[in-house]
Amino acid sequence: MRKKTSRIDNKIDILLVGQPNVGKSVLFSRLTGIKTVVSNYSGTTVAFARGKMRWNGTDFTVVDAPGTYSLEPLDDASWVTVDLIDDARRIINVVDASHLERHLPLTMEVLAQNKPTILVLNMSDEARYRGITIDAEKLSHKLGVPVIPIVARSGEGVKKMISTLFTLQIQKGEEEKDERGHPGHHPHLFRKTKRKHIDDHSHLDRRKIWEEIGNIVSDVQTLKHHHKSFAERMEELTVHPLWGSLFALIVLFLSFSLIRLIGEFLISGGVGIIGEPWMELPFGTELLFENLLKPLLKELSLVLGEKGFLHRLLIGTLIEGEIDFSQSFGILTSGLFIPLAAVLPYLVSFYLVLSLLEDVGYLPRLAVFMDSLMHRIGLHGYAIIPTLLSLGCNVPGIMATRILETKRQRFITATLISIAVPCAALQAMIVALVGDRGALPLAIVYGTLLLVWIVLGIILRFVAKGFKPELLIEIPPYRLPDLNTLLSKLWMRLLSFFKEALPIIIGTVLVVNILYQFQLFDLLARLTEPLVTRMWGMPKEAIVPLFVGILRKDVAMGMFIPLQLTTKQLVVASVVLAMFFPCLATFVILFRELGIKEGLKSTGIMFLTVFIAGSALNLTL
Amino acid sequence: MKKTLTQMHAGEEGRIDFLHGGRGLRNRLYKLGFVEGQRVRKVSDLSWGGPVIVMVNRSQVAIGRGMAGKIMIETEKKR
Repeated sequence: MRKKTSRIDNKIDILLVGQPNVGKSVLFSRLTGIKTVVSNYSGTTVAFARGKMRWNGTDFTVVDAPGTYSLEPLDDASWVTVDLIDDARRIINVVDASHLERHLPLTMEVLAQNKPTILVLNMSDEARYRGITIDAEKLSHKLGVPVIPIVARSGEGVKKMISTLFTLQIQKGEEEKDERGHPGHHPHLFRKTKRKHIDDHSHLDRRKIWEEIGNIVSDVQTLKHHHKSFAERMEELTVHPLWGSLFALIVLFLSFSLIRLIGEFLISGGVGIIGEPWMELPFGTELLFENLLKPLLKELSLVLGEKGFLHRLLIGTLIEGEIDFSQSFGILTSGLFIPLAAVLPYLVSFYLVLSLLEDVGYLPRLAVFMDSLMHRIGLHGYAIIPTLLSLGCNVPGIMATRILETKRQRFITATLISIAVPCAALQAMIVALVGDRGALPLAIVYGTLLLVWIVLGIILRFVAKGFKPELLIEIPPYRLPDLNTLLSKLWMRLLSFFKEALPIIIGTVLVVNILYQFQLFDLLARLTEPLVTRMWGMPKEAIVPLFVGILRKDVAMGMFIPLQLTTKQLVVASVVLAMFFPCLATFVILFRELGIKEGLKSTGIMFLTVFIAGSALNLTL
Repeated sequence: MKKTLTQMHAGEEGRIDFLHGGRGLRNRLYKLGFVEGQRVRKVSDLSWGGPVIVMVNRSQVAIGRGMAGKIMIETEKKR
């Protein structure tokens, strides 16, 4: 069933329309200055973005439509786009200059909408590199609309595009409608497809359109024979059954090593990796806290008299007369240390490496290799992308499940993520705490989560009802990542951590602190004692961090420190914490994406799984 | 010679002869440029139930095995 897009009351001055992964979002941020997440694979823009562009002293509304292959009402993206086109005054149709024939079918449908339109050949630098020349003037003549080659990433041609755009006449009344910007040559082929039911005739039309497009393309495009570029050779090599699998393993191994290395480096400034801290400076977040913040807080602690309500709130409890950043639990100690010193470095390194893989265009190839494995858990390979994103933070990961086609896939992927995929914040704390007890306990934690992900996936495959689609994706070409895009994406992702997670972390520390002071946790601990102590073998005090985990898991993990858990208890605690109740932000997103009914189902599955996994781990270890 | 995409071996080229399967599947394939008469080259075949990778219009497309088995190709002899 179709959901009506929320009606757009004010008109759209400029609408960007194009297929997935043609760089609409790059162009959008160039026009409006608004940064959106851009990646080298299809479907990054799942909703549409709106912004303002200033030109000659006037503001214009610019909207970036979701990438769609067609205006025929086949999926949500095309519905949304059709609605947006209805409200648009001018359309910029963005196509990939190096794959003109693949993009023109959509262009034909857009032109049939009879709106003032210009065609923009994006990534014309890549086309040049691949030996493709397009005669823009000839193409413009054939289609009856202006055609401008641009490079959205560098800004080449964008000025010309804008000035051409504003030479187009905007329709004022209905009677002028057909005067401008309609396809002059083949009106019989390009009838309005809007809200038309697709029947079997349309496929005959389509063959005609493809034939027509083939003629146009062979007329305007010249392919210079060139030796296969390095990128093209790699594109084939990395999907080769044998070399490609090896390559995938190496990439995964290098990625995780690099994430750890950069993370550790940012925390300790090289201590433990190189041996000595880098130079004699307090580089590294941990050292910054120890050397710069601690002396200040010591002063404050003395001023506050080392105890009392305010001292406990701000500094927390002194451990053996000293401030301990991970145990004291004041707002200024643990409240700042956990997000900034322990979590942020890993977040930076994770997103840096992931963004690199995204922008080069490797992720869809990884999806291809994961496909046969993922089918065994009722998903197809593309589901690996939201899952990998979730290793950073579950919230954008679950949002990214929208790139999957069916409700069933979204349900399985999101449920598995919320239960068995730990976010970077939690992982940073798990690695610090459990890793301290040795590599084996750490391996048990990760192994259990992986096992739960697989086993639960297999069960859900048989239980969850619905259509099981097969993989059908376009694999993007390899592209040299653009440093600016990469850094701005990293910055946006970190910014959302600062905006959304940081206040919650500090708030959580505050709430925990107050609840402690009023001893409300004792009541909670008594109520849930049988489950926690008998089934999971943990001291009853461990219930407190588990409840705090509903707010923030990294903070909760820090609360295990003063409990002096045995290694076995710590392993069980980490696994239970990771699986039990996704953090509040994830929980909200899960319900928003799945709806209340499916969200409740997912939650029920979570309770059952965490109960079984925690008990099983406790009994077998 | 007519074969399905799954029967072709890597490196083999041909033209799409016919797309079996329902309207939904055909529509999805058309969107990615799989139309009768279109030239394709098989790039790779990830066995053990993995997808088939083909080159269409100079783009790589990964197709699940089930779908790939429904695409008939008129193969050409290599020059």
